[in-house]
This record gives sequence, C-alpha cells and structure tokens, in this order.
Amino acid sequence: MGVDRREFLKIAGYATLFGLGGKAAIDILAPGELEASMEGIPLTQGKRWSMVLDMRKCLKQQEAGKDGCKECIIACHREHNVPDWGNPMHAIKWIWQDKYEHVFPDTPNQFIDEGVRHKPFILMCNHCFNPPCVRVCPTQATFKRDDGIVSMDMHRCIGCRFCMAACPYGSRSFNWGDPRKAPKELNPDYPTNPAYPERSMGVVEKCNFCVELVAKGEFPACVQACDKIKVNALNFGDLDAPESNVRKLLREHYTIRRKPALGTEPNLFYII
Amino acid sequence: MYDGGKIIIGLIIGIGLFLSPFFYNAGKAAKAPDPQLTEKAKEAQVCVGTKEYMRESHFSLLDEWRHTAVRDGERYYTAYNGKKYYKSLQVTCMDCHSNKTKFCDQCHNYLDVDPYCWDCHIVPEEKK
Amino acid sequence: MLERAIKGTHGYWGWLIFLLALMGLGLGCYLYQFFEGLKITGMSRDVSWGLYIGQLTYFVGVAASGVMVVLPCYLHDYKAFGRITILGEFLAVASIIMCLLFVFVDLGNPTRIMNVILYPSPNSILFWDMIVLNVYLMLNIVIGWNVLAAERKGVHYKQWIKVLIYISIPWAFSIHTVTAFLYAGIPGRHYWLTAIMAARFLSSAFCAGPALLILLCLIVRRVTTFDPGKEQIRTLAGIVTYAMIFNVFFFLLELFTAFYSQIPGHMHPIVFLFQGLQGHGNLVPWMWTAAVFAILSLVLLIVPATRRNEGTLTVACIILIIATWIDKGLGLIVGGFTPTPFHTVTDYWPTTPEMLITIGIWATGFFVLTILYKITISVKEEVAA
Repeated sequence: MGVDRREFLKIAGYATLFGLGGKAAIDILAPGELEASMEGIPLTQGKRWSMVLDMRKCLKQQEAGKDGCKECIIACHREHNVPDWGNPMHAIKWIWQDKYEHVFPDTPNQFIDEGVRHKPFILMCNHCFNPPCVRVCPTQATFKRDDGIVSMDMHRCIGCRFCMAACPYGSRSFNWGDPRKAPKELNPDYPTNPAYPERSMGVVEKCNFCVELVAKGEFPACVQACDKIKVNALNFGDLDAPESNVRKLLREHYTIRRKPALGTEPNLFYII
Repeated sequence: MYDGGKIIIGLIIGIGLFLSPFFYNAGKAAKAPDPQLTEKAKEAQVCVGTKEYMRESHFSLLDEWRHTAVRDGERYYTAYNGKKYYKSLQVTCMDCHSNKTKFCDQCHNYLDVDPYCWDCHIVPEEKK
Repeated sequence: MLERAIKGTHGYWGWLIFLLALMGLGLGCYLYQFFEGLKITGMSRDVSWGLYIGQLTYFVGVAASGVMVVLPCYLHDYKAFGRITILGEFLAVASIIMCLLFVFVDLGNPTRIMNVILYPSPNSILFWDMIVLNVYLMLNIVIGWNVLAAERKGVHYKQWIKVLIYISIPWAFSIHTVTAFLYAGIPGRHYWLTAIMAARFLSSAFCAGPALLILLCLIVRRVTTFDPGKEQIRTLAGIVTYAMIFNVFFFLLELFTAFYSQIPGHMHPIVFLFQGLQGHGNLVPWMWTAAVFAILSLVLLIVPATRRNEGTLTVACIILIIATWIDKGLGLIVGGFTPTPFHTVTDYWPTTPEMLITIGIWATGFFVLTILYKITISVKEEVAA
C-alpha cells in the first residue's frame, strides 16, 4: 500500500468533512463501484475499534468557550435521534460529560492536580474487550461484533435491564417511556436524523461507535464533530493494527482507563 | 340427562356466538387492495426483488436484512439483477416507496397485520 | 379434585373476591404501565431494578423453602412432615407463579418474552433462572397433585413420583443459587459481588419460607377442621431458628469484610442502607427496622419457652418475615445500585402504581395458594372423616 493506515483514516475523515461521505457518497456511485470503494477504505476492516480521548485538548477547548464545548454530544445525539427527557432519572446518554471524580471514582485524591479536579470529562460506552453486558444478556440482543464494537439489536431486546446492572460504567440507557412522547419543547426537531431509526419504548440503548457510519467508511459522529472544530481530541482507530493512530498515541502518551481492575478491558483510553 | 334443556340452549348460544363473526361479515368481502407505486418507483422499474417475490416475501427479506445488517454488519445487498443496495427499510425502501399509506398500510390493514417496524423506523412525510 | 375449590363458606368466597379485587386493581395499573412504559415506576437509569425484581428474589426463596418440609420427610423419613409436605409444595407453586409474574411486569418489552427461548443464551444467568424456575414449578405441581390424588384414594403414590421428589430436593437449592448468581457475578456492584450471596439467599429463604408456612398452618388450623399438627409446627420453628441464625451470621460476615478491610466500595452500600450516604438515606429507617426485628425474632426463637408458645412464635414469624423482606425484597436491590457507577446516589422509592401492581401479584399468589390449599384440605378432611 502506498499510503499507510493513518493516512487512509485521514483521507476518509476529510472526505466526510467535505460532505462526500455517507449516503451522498453511495448515491453518486454506480452499481459495482460501491463495492470497490468500500474495499479501499480501511475503516470497514477494523479488528478492535477503540478511541483515545486527548483530554488536554478537550478541556482546553471547553475552557475556551463561555459555555464549554458540547459539539461531540450534540452531533451524536442528533445523528442517533436521542431525545431529551428533561429528567436525569430517565436520561438517554450515548456520549456525555461528568466530573473527573465521577468518571474515575476509584482514584480519589483530595490534593489532586487542579488541571483535572472537577473538570468535565467525556464519557461513552467503553466497548469493552470483555463486556459484562454481553455476558448477561438473555437474548444476545447486545453482542460484540468481530470488529470489537459492542452493539445493540433493538429488534430483539426484551428490556430486562440485566445489562444495565452489569455495566460498571453507567453507559446503558433504558427507554422508560416512548421517545416519541418526550417533551416537545425540549425536542423541537425530533427526530433529528431521518436516516437513522428511533427507538421503541422499553428497549435499552447505548453508544454504538457509529457502526452505521463506520460501515460507510466514515468516522463516528463525535469524532467528526471534534475534528470539524479542529480540536481533534477524539481519535478513533484500530487497536489491532500496530501502526494505527491510536496505537501510536498509546505508545507516546501515558493513558488511563475507567475501572481497569474489573477486567472488562475498556477500549477507551484517556490522555490526561 | 340432567338439565338436558339447559344444556341444549347453552350449546345453541355457544355455537351462535362462535359463528357470529361469519354472519356479521357475510357478503361483505372487501376487495384486495392494490399497492400504489410512486412516480419514483415507477421510474426505477426494478426493485430489490421481483414483483412476485416482493409481494410474497418482503417481510422475510426485511427480516434477513435487519439480521445481517445489524448483527453481522453486512450492510449491502446484491439483488437478483446484480445491483447493489444499502440494506435499509427507512433509507432504501422508503426512498422509492415513500407512500406508506398507499403502499404498505392498505394491504397490512386488509390482512390485519400490524408490523412494529414503524415503532422505530421513521415514515417519510407523504405529499397529499 | 378441582371441584372442591368451588364449594366453600361465605368467608372463603369473601376472601377470594377480596383477592380478585386487588388483582383487578393491579391489572389496571399494569395496563397503564404497559401503555405508558416503566417511567410510571420509581426506577431510573441509576436504580434500574426495584420492587419487582426484589419480590422475584424474595419469593424464589419462599419457593425454595418448600424443600425444608420435603427433605426431612423423604430423606430423613421424618414421618410427621408427611402431613404438611403438600402445603409446602403448593406454597412453592404459588410463589413461583408470583416470581414469573414479577419478571414479566419488570420487562420493557413483555411481548417479546419468548426471545429468551428463541435465542437461548447459556452465558446469561437469566436464561438459567428461567429454566430452573419453570422446571421447579412443574415439579411441584406434578408432585403435589399426584401425592394428593393418591392420598384421596387411600393408595400409595406411584414410584415415578418418588423419583421426581428426589429431583425436586436439589432443584430447590438450585433455584435460589441461580437467583443469587444473577447478582453475585456482576463486576462493579460491590454489595452483590460476594461469594457468600447464594449461602445468604438460602439461609434467609429457609427461615422466611418456613416462617410463612407456620403462619399458614396456624391459619389452616383456625379456619378448617384439619390440624397440621403441633409437632410439625414445633419442628418447623426449629428449622426457622437455625436458618435465621445462619442468615444473621452471614450478614455479620459481610459487615466484617467491608468494615475491617475499609475498602470504600464494600462499605458504601452498607453505609447508605444503615446511615445514609451523601445526604440520601430513605431506606435507613427500614433497614434499622429490619435489624431490630431480626434480633427480636431471634430472641423469641432461641428462647425455648417463647419458641414453643404458639402466640409468641406467631409474633416471631411475622417480624422475621418483615425483617427478611426488607433485607431482600428492598435493601438488596437498592443497595446493589448504590452508589451509582459515578459514586453518586440516586434515590429510589416505588410509586403508587408500582406498589399496586406488586400488591396485585401478591394477591394472585395468595389466590392460587388459597385454591390449592382449599383443595388439599378438603381432601384431607374427607379422608379423615
């Protein structure tokens, strides 16, 4: 290959920036071309998708704006038709922010560095290598794909919520009510993405690492949003490829993961 | 036979109730509806399957699509004529067949089936 | 034999109609939940199981405890229990029916429940729980019914029933062990992640279940001419006493590990339950009630005079059932979800519809129990006459 993996990822990413990705890209291709183009994009061939979150860049951006930065959250929740219930008890969260102390509760230190104390960190599903939610699901409605993404089959979920008890990261949300009945004043544009389904009442959902975008050779929506404002704090790549962007970042930086002692092997890494 | 009369009356009432739907609907057989094609669908001329196959088995195809797309990550479908399609009810099927009431609902109502596809999948806005 | 269920006194019919009214109320609330979603309950994304799953856990225990009359009777040839084994088995039947209903009402998509069978997942404990509970239900229906039918005809039950009885004994232990495994294998929920969970479950089941059976025996003696027997009740009281001692002892073991190790994760749920955490402590009065009742019941059970006196024994059984119910039907679930994965606390308290659905299911269980007991006792009265 003339171009290495990282370059490919960049190209794929830029392609989406210029609006070539997604359905548009597919629509302009003639039959047959589509298949050929898919083969060329390594995004569809990952073995262990992961994300390295550079919190230094992220926090810097959050502090630059008056109201912080929520680009990744807005982009994700728009892409996936995530409604706002206005009630934290029933909140649906794919990607969200919480205080450092809440994100890493096992590393409390009353004298901790002011650079992270109470700082809003980005959270999402860890897409664990050894996911307890998959282990406990009685219908295989949640399952681990060959590319490492922990995915949900909403058609099959019976809503027993065993996975929510099993997830030590609070990454799973249940549809306590019908999302179409979520307060209209909080969701004026809902559904925000006509190309993505909504959910029925009584199923569990979570971040899916944008399987629907990755399949088209695009980066996840949160990554695209972060790159769009040139912060580039979210790095999506294949942990299985030694020369991938994420492996390079992990080689060069000290990173931490949430609750590593539980043996779930999160595929999300934080650069502090 | 104890209470023979009561039993016979009970039987008659029971059988009557059992048959009542037949009497109620007798002579009212509705004509099977004809699914309407949109201009876009007419223009395309071909679907992901033959007309006969789609009429009889579209639900099996959709079930296979959702299974392979969601679970196996195989998001493209090669049709009988070699064309490739993105497996998506909402994005691919409904792009042509954007007239859900005339294309889907008529038959579903006629056959009294109530697929839960639309609990999640968004119905395109229909032009009146 | 079923026809015996439709011949009863005014009191019997009044009781059934009362239960039917509660069931109707519960059903109405369930329909409301079915159409509006589980948002009508007190559960949340942080405390995602509540009263329903707590009741499932508690009544699996009551069901398993049927073995406490079956085992002495058939393995130790303790003949006296022959009089009441059917009462124990039918209590198990009613309890399992409640358990299955509690799982059902807790589901977000109850119409898809068959997916558990369509896509069998041996890696999920819930899959095994479904199997062991349903098999145990079948075992107890078949055994209880056939033994009773044989008793009515004055003959010995068939040999294959004996085989089923022997299977049912370890099976009873299995249902509560598997239920404990629902909790005890989950990483990150410290209150549940304990190897002693199954042992705690069994000990609390084997005191709470027989305590309920004692109360039922006393009621049966009062409202019918059938006397389950003084000796039988006395032996049951002994079983309750030993099991409750183990139950309290196992809980103290948990306290030692949590507080001597000083590991925050182990201490926090217990602190939340008994003292409150981060300003949240709505279960504190309940947990202390449970603690006081547990100790009081132990005193009444251990002192021979109060254990043998049926008046004080009744009190002991009632407060023991309350104590174990709070511990297992309420504290266990909420404690497991507290603190949240973010070390925050989200309050949980069941809503009125949630409680009415729960009461409706209890009423269903007691309805089934009443009818089964009515049939049993009518047969026993007929044989005695």
